[in-house]
Amino acid sequence: MTVINRIKAVAWSGLLGLNSALLPFSVSADDFEFSGKVGVEQRYFTESAQYNKQLAHTQLSIFVEPEFFWGWNQGSDSLTFKPFYRQDEFDDERTHADIRELSYIHASDDWELRAGIRREFWGVTEFQHLVDVINQTDNVEDTDGEDKLGQLMLNLSLVRDWGIVDIYLLPGFREKTFVGQESRLRGAALVDNDSVSYQSSAENKHLDVAFRWSHSIGAFDIGSYWFHGTNRDPILTPTTEDNEVVLYQYYNQMDQFGLDLQATIDDWLWKFETIYRSTDDDDFWAAQAGFEYTYIGIFDTNADLGLLVEYGWDSRGESDENNLGASIQNDLFFGSRLAFNDMQSSEMLVGLGADLDHNAYSFLIEANHRLGENMKVSLDVRLLQSTYSSDMLYSIKDDDHVQLGLEWFF
Amino acid sequence: MLNKQTIIGVFTTLTLSLSALHAVAAPLEKQAAEKLGLEISTEAKSRDIGWIDNTSDMKMLLRNKQGQESIREIKTKTLELLDDGDKSLTIFNKPRDVKGTSFLSFSHPVGNDDQWLYLPSLKRVKRISSRNKSGPFMGSEFSFEDLSSFELDKYRYNYLGDEQINGIDSFMVEQFPTDENSGYTRRIVWLDKTEYRVQKIDFYDRKNSLLKTLSYKNYQQYLNKFWRADSALMVNHQSGKSTELKWNNYAFKTGLQDSDFNRNTLKRAR
Repeated sequence: MTVINRIKAVAWSGLLGLNSALLPFSVSADDFEFSGKVGVEQRYFTESAQYNKQLAHTQLSIFVEPEFFWGWNQGSDSLTFKPFYRQDEFDDERTHADIRELSYIHASDDWELRAGIRREFWGVTEFQHLVDVINQTDNVEDTDGEDKLGQLMLNLSLVRDWGIVDIYLLPGFREKTFVGQESRLRGAALVDNDSVSYQSSAENKHLDVAFRWSHSIGAFDIGSYWFHGTNRDPILTPTTEDNEVVLYQYYNQMDQFGLDLQATIDDWLWKFETIYRSTDDDDFWAAQAGFEYTYIGIFDTNADLGLLVEYGWDSRGESDENNLGASIQNDLFFGSRLAFNDMQSSEMLVGLGADLDHNAYSFLIEANHRLGENMKVSLDVRLLQSTYSSDMLYSIKDDDHVQLGLEWFF
Repeated sequence: MLNKQTIIGVFTTLTLSLSALHAVAAPLEKQAAEKLGLEISTEAKSRDIGWIDNTSDMKMLLRNKQGQESIREIKTKTLELLDDGDKSLTIFNKPRDVKGTSFLSFSHPVGNDDQWLYLPSLKRVKRISSRNKSGPFMGSEFSFEDLSSFELDKYRYNYLGDEQINGIDSFMVEQFPTDENSGYTRRIVWLDKTEYRVQKIDFYDRKNSLLKTLSYKNYQQYLNKFWRADSALMVNHQSGKSTELKWNNYAFKTGLQDSDFNRNTLKRAR
């Protein structure tokens, strides 16, 4: 309930505070589209739960994500509304709603103004999204960090011969979402969603800013930015509450420099991302680099096979008793992506992550296939293993699972 | 620059004498056949220059051997560039799971094209490799190279003779791809003698066996100059599958500019 109210508040401030000032008085939408998807997901955890109150083996959930689009002035002006809702069988925290998008865009020849709740992705690598910083992670959705909460913003984008410059004003901060006690894929101590503190006296109303430049020069695509504002990653502090250890969240202020680079040379994609983050609590560098190579038409078929290798490094090093560290600090990732290029767009991705400092592995399979014209079936497998007790993976080592999903697009 | 403007200038004068050459019944020498093949192709290309920009809606109907069908809906916007390859924006509407996906391409007559793909579910723009010429486009019988624009430098030519196709007098020109990543050893193209429109293409795979046949239907003339077919059918002789293309809403000189083709327009393309 509190989550939904908070979202409503954010949504209304976005709609009234920003958009009404920008929208032309007479809006005659000459283009309206309604689309979206609904889906059902069934997870099966192969092992018994590690902690009390966690669900046993099966977890069912359903979600809906409609999209309303209005465009006018030959597409120069548009409004998009994309709410999201998930209902989980057991976990009230995973049952949640969000406004993924409620935004207005005005596009001119060499500039664009985007206002409202939006999502912005930066970066080039596949196994970790280091430089992607604008949106908060919707952590209850999945553990891969790819699901994001909508962020209220005012974004001016300027297109120049020497690249695209984006200026962001980000009023209002979204806390990271954490699963509840019924869920698997969590640590022993629950994150307390009511015990949140901030370094800034403005708390979750701090006005964050970001500047980004991006450009394509021949085979190279480059992007660089500076971000100043609330750190999207909270510091979690164990605290005893009613004889139970819970984690309090603390969001400090950060300055972050980021750089992403991709070289696209024949069948090779060379990728590099790096960030430097400075806070009052620590300063660090991190990088993720690697390549993707694609064999076209393997074994005289229409299928393509992509091979991915990436390495992740972080100056904070591995975690131990005295040091929080980073979960990806000296990690190697291998992946292979098989695209069948058939009528049903069948695809399979297999990935393996290995921590080179200690014994921790994660293995994943993601496969999907279109059924008929408007349905898609997906199968995900995740295997997690660790014997090193301070590794993040250790707390979820018994949470190997298979997930079968069915989505209907309308 | 050179390949399009100067060469076209030279060959438009040469093509005036083409009809005289065709009267020669005896088989042409190799060199003469190559020259004539290039001349015919050059004339076809020169007749399709000057459209500035165009937009169109395309529907693909994929059929497998068992008769099962699947639909693709695509919108394209293309800007003609005379000093480089064309710039184009392709927007996917169907199947619905890829709705909103869009594709930006800066083609180059020589060398690799620059291509970006926008994935709306992740809001991610991805630069992709353009080396995949032979792979199928969206599971259809069209490969990426079949859908790319015709550029003279992409082939070597050989004139094979004249033939009637669907009752229309046509030139038969053999084309050998210059790109080693092409999925074909050669194509045979039938162009009608009056308007130099492609009527039919036979594609030969890397083992030089007949792989596919493409036939164009119902050509319409736009702006009193440019011919575009209403539909085309690609039949794969080896797999028994086929793909039918239908075009709608052809428009030329719509006022598209260079600024309509960048990462920003890619992200909000509809």
